Amino acid sequence: MEKFTKLTAVAAPLPIVNCDTDKIIPARFLKTLTRTGLGKNLFDPLRYDPETGEENPDFVLNKPAYRNAEILVAGHNFGCGSSREHAPWALADFGIRCVISTDFADIFFNNSSKNGILLIKVSPEELEMLMESADRGANSTMTVDLENQEITNSDGEKITFDVDPFKKHCLLNGLDDIGLTLQKESSIESYEEKQKASEPWLYA
Amino acid sequence: MVSKPKTLFDKIWESHLVDEQDDGTCLIYIDRQLIHEITSAQAFDGLRQTGRKARRPAANLCVPDHNVPTTPGRGGVDEIEDDESRIQLEVLEKNAKEFGLPFFSINDERQGIVHVIGPEQGFTQPGVTLVCGDSHTATHGAFGALAFGVGTSEVEHVLATQTLIQRPAKNMRITVNGSLPTGCSGKDLVLAIIGKIGTAGGTGHVIEYAGSAIEELSMEGRMTVCNMTIEGGARAGLVAPDEKTFEYLKGRPQCPKGAQWEMAVEKWSQLPSDPGAQYDTEVELDVSEIVPQVTWGTSPEDEIGITGEVPNPADVEDENRRSAMERSLEYMDLKPGTKMTEIAVDKVFIGSCTNSRIEDMRAAAEVAKGRRVADSVYAMVVPGSGLVKLQAEEEGLDKIFTEAGFHWREPGCSMCLAMNGDMLQPGERSASTSNRNFEGRQGPGGRTHLVSPMMAAAAAIAGHLTDVRDLMK
Repeated sequence: MEKFTKLTAVAAPLPIVNCDTDKIIPARFLKTLTRTGLGKNLFDPLRYDPETGEENPDFVLNKPAYRNAEILVAGHNFGCGSSREHAPWALADFGIRCVISTDFADIFFNNSSKNGILLIKVSPEELEMLMESADRGANSTMTVDLENQEITNSDGEKITFDVDPFKKHCLLNGLDDIGLTLQKESSIESYEEKQKASEPWLYA
Repeated sequence: MVSKPKTLFDKIWESHLVDEQDDGTCLIYIDRQLIHEITSAQAFDGLRQTGRKARRPAANLCVPDHNVPTTPGRGGVDEIEDDESRIQLEVLEKNAKEFGLPFFSINDERQGIVHVIGPEQGFTQPGVTLVCGDSHTATHGAFGALAFGVGTSEVEHVLATQTLIQRPAKNMRITVNGSLPTGCSGKDLVLAIIGKIGTAGGTGHVIEYAGSAIEELSMEGRMTVCNMTIEGGARAGLVAPDEKTFEYLKGRPQCPKGAQWEMAVEKWSQLPSDPGAQYDTEVELDVSEIVPQVTWGTSPEDEIGITGEVPNPADVEDENRRSAMERSLEYMDLKPGTKMTEIAVDKVFIGSCTNSRIEDMRAAAEVAKGRRVADSVYAMVVPGSGLVKLQAEEEGLDKIFTEAGFHWREPGCSMCLAMNGDMLQPGERSASTSNRNFEGRQGPGGRTHLVSPMMAAAAAIAGHLTDVRDLMK
């Protein structure tokens, strides 16, 4: 997994409430067998005209100022709906490394951190401030510092944020969860032996 | 010392704890995993790249569902015309064989939607932890199993380690009092709940459903309710196992038999929450007076009784909510104040992991019997599994549907998410028994109204959304 330490980048405002995973990446793009290549269909229903397939010039990521955005400032309950990890894969493939909102759907939240994307929860007042900063476009970069748990906008205003200590550790070091878990294999084995004795039918 | 009363969730969580770190991060054991073609290929690839094996192949069950054609008399995998779909199915089969995992092929009568076949096979059992790369895994909570959707990285994690790294969720109890009135089902009940708590209302929680209306539901009805838990933001829904649960499971292929069955039932009977157990959040509602529910917008929380009208965003104070409603109504091409029963539909879809079980088929058939689908409507019925289809055919339900003008299809996820060619065209409108009315969910530009199987059948006949109770008089 790619490490996340400190990022200074353009932040795109996406003030849609309940932005669901079908908006992030519609089901018809889930026929892929790889984790890469989904960036071109990120936000497909918003980014392209459904009939002509042409870019919708009004959508934020199609505007010249935001084409290289690496941060999204998003409306409440971002990522609700499906468990498809294609949603964070599409964000990562486009180049988004950090999403800031007042709340995220649980499964999307887990999936993102496993793909090197930092999700930050802020208060409604903080989101409003960051949304205004993001509205200023390419001249207004933001800095997200995971080590110090701090967001700084181009005016130098700072916001601190909370992060799960284990997720922080994994993101800062780009750690692979499976490798970490396998260090506890003996605990898994003894759990299985105990369960096999008490619920043998689960091992039939 | 008397131990603290525990919830059903607490009991399952504690009995699956393998390790707990000082920072509160837990490693929990996963007993069961269902695997389908859309969210698994990259997980198997990950195992291959790292030289890892599946730790307990028999703890998994693989089946294609999202991408399968539902065309009557569909052939084998090699007859699927869409290259990407066919390859995805071939890859699932190849992966299942390579890693030694149980697999039901597209031609197996046991094939069907993961969330229909898990319970059907007795793979789903009370007290187990069960995951799948699919958010509607919440369905299995109807049996008192802790079941939730995971991403592909977690699918790989479970395959390699039989565990997941998690933090405990908060406990929410939703007590549903009263009895469902005529014309209403588990679907109407859960839509009413989502309307009340909102689509993010359950975030961070596991929801336990309790109360007389839940106890009175059949296992199919409970599955419908738990299935849509994720539309209220919670990853898992739970119903305490009872005699109905045991009755449903007894004799299923993967359930314990003989003396082990007795042992299992005794263990499962200890699972219900202890009296006095504490919940972080409590919600209560009474469903005795509800009317059949229908959605008007593009979020499952956008629901209203069929006797109502399209709401007016101008009446809403919250600015975010108002703009979301305006966008929804523009997408849905609906005007505030329009009677819900005046909204014409082009297509009707009866199926999906929410409503494709035998009871759903029976409920829709009862409405369809002796009536005709309106000329302006294309209506399809997609059973949830090969076994549901066979049972429905034994009961003559397929005849009722086809004589009424419905199309009777092969099992799969179908038009719920429109991956397999069953879809809405831009601008088309459906009455659908599925779970999500998101923009583009049933096809780009398609417009979805979520309803129960009875309400969907009624809409097919009327040609517009209608109150099924009028057909029951």
